Amino acid sequence: MLTRPVPPQNPPTTDWQRIEQMAEFRQLIAAKRRFIVPACLFFCSYYFALPLLVGWAPELMRTRVIGPVNVAYLFALSQFFMAWIVALLYVRAANGFDRMVKSILERLK
Amino acid sequence: MFLFFIAITLGVTYWAARRSSGSTAYFAAGRNITGWQNGIAVAGDYMSAASFLGIAGIIAFQGYDGFMYSVGWLVAYLTVLLVVAEPLRNAGKYTMADVLAYRLRPRPVRAMASLSTLTVSTFYMIAQMVGAGSLVALLLKGSGIGFNTAVAGVGILMVAYVVFGGMLATTWVQIIKAILLIAGTILLSVLVMAHFDFSLGSFFDAIAHVQSGGKEVNFLEPGLRYKPPYGAIDLISLGLALIFGTAGLPHILVRFYTVPDAKTARISVVWAMFIIGAFYIMTTFLGFGAATILGGDFIKTHGGINMSAPLLAQRLAGDIFFAFISSIAFATILAVVAGLTISASTSFAHDFYTNVIHHGREHRPGEEVRVARITAFVVGAVSIAIAILLGPGFNVAFLVGLAFAVAASANLPVIVFSIFWKRFNTSGAIWGLAAGLLSSLALIVVSPAIMGLDQTHLIHSMPWFPLENPGIVSIPIGFIGAWIGTLLGNEPESEEKFAEMEVRANTGLGAEKAAAH
Repeated sequence: MLTRPVPPQNPPTTDWQRIEQMAEFRQLIAAKRRFIVPACLFFCSYYFALPLLVGWAPELMRTRVIGPVNVAYLFALSQFFMAWIVALLYVRAANGFDRMVKSILERLK
Repeated sequence: MFLFFIAITLGVTYWAARRSSGSTAYFAAGRNITGWQNGIAVAGDYMSAASFLGIAGIIAFQGYDGFMYSVGWLVAYLTVLLVVAEPLRNAGKYTMADVLAYRLRPRPVRAMASLSTLTVSTFYMIAQMVGAGSLVALLLKGSGIGFNTAVAGVGILMVAYVVFGGMLATTWVQIIKAILLIAGTILLSVLVMAHFDFSLGSFFDAIAHVQSGGKEVNFLEPGLRYKPPYGAIDLISLGLALIFGTAGLPHILVRFYTVPDAKTARISVVWAMFIIGAFYIMTTFLGFGAATILGGDFIKTHGGINMSAPLLAQRLAGDIFFAFISSIAFATILAVVAGLTISASTSFAHDFYTNVIHHGREHRPGEEVRVARITAFVVGAVSIAIAILLGPGFNVAFLVGLAFAVAASANLPVIVFSIFWKRFNTSGAIWGLAAGLLSSLALIVVSPAIMGLDQTHLIHSMPWFPLENPGIVSIPIGFIGAWIGTLLGNEPESEEKFAEMEVRANTGLGAEKAAAH
């Protein structure tokens, strides 16, 4: 099997096609997709559950939990914490993406 | 108090005007803003009159349904964080159109993109002007100054800040104002709780038994604003507009170009999310507080729905606190209008004037900045005129919801497709932008907000479209338009350049760097 030629030092124009085909770059894209797609599906479902339940299960939402505080209020409040938690999880995942980017950029030098 | 604040912000503007020179400084603050600073500025841009005056007002009148407004406002930031912030920072220069122009034929795309940016900004600005007008009219009550004069005066003052200050000034005004706004909101929330002897139990009891129009109403239960048969669909429509619209708001997107790199952009979104979330939870206290302590009838006769929070401050702590809260609200509007004017005028000057009319070259140095300043004046004048036409009866949060719908329908489909879809091309972008823009605007005109049988509506007729927010229909139209347009066109250049776009967006290779000082 032929070994690929070593790329020239500091090519005048960046070879985008070649970088795009690099195994490391494909891994980065795949890793991002593995996190972002499920995360988006999750937060959209969680968020749209609120208007859907308010519209089509009003009795459930009126159920009182603590004193006058009902399911509707608690569910709406939980959305704030959901958003914060997803954001923090993303930051953690993104630190991993940053490391992958760094190693790709190192290889290009 | 009020005049004192105006003097301070003018001072900041003057200081920034002397420091900023050149396009990168005017449009992107030299890309030197740090993560937390930008986070506060993003939060500041977002916590507009719509949040402080509008959401408090909507909760004061319609209880739980108003709270659902604020939920969408925060969750929407996940779309910004997960999908658009970093790729945009990596691939763009000043505006959304820069990102599109990488792969597509720049002139038609930039022309359309700047048109939709101007439309969204104008909508957003109208809402701020309505808020400012109500506020100043209330502050100067008895001096004979009405809503119309107030809107005009305030509008001119605000546009003046931007025209002379640029992005660095608006970023700093935004940061100062965000901190003051949060301080004021915390203080007001504490006062509300003090009114109920710091007992959450008796507070929620009061919310569950609000006297409204002679009846006792439970403000914790949904259904006060969104009623059958279309209420639930309208809420979903609003939700879609918020979730997909925030990521298409030009004045939020432009903030990601003021930071050094994508990581800083990410950190600033997270900062913004915590500030905004905490702020919205407190806004609930203000809204419910206004509903229980003041009551809707009092608010209606003393300044209108948008004045719930300032009136609450007056009742709880007297005239000085009222002046303090009002000047914060005023500063809020001022700062947001500044941000909007900047993004609108940046888009026009950079995308339309320089790149479309003059093929990407500045004829004389400084010309782009000069055109931006002129555009700022024009956009300001148009918003002032429409705000006067609409009058003070519109809730500002609702008006802003319409701006989100336009952004979600026109801007988001093309941003998403250009980042993620290889086949996407120029005709797709034009079709998507046009379809989203026209359908959302048309549906707003025939909605119950504009059309109605009584005197408060602009067009006297039965509404042709039953929903207040067009998102549920116009967002799919935007996406389908972009999709059909793409299939109709054939542009191998765009597909070839997808590799470059993908690498740039994901690695930050070749991204615009911070300016050296």
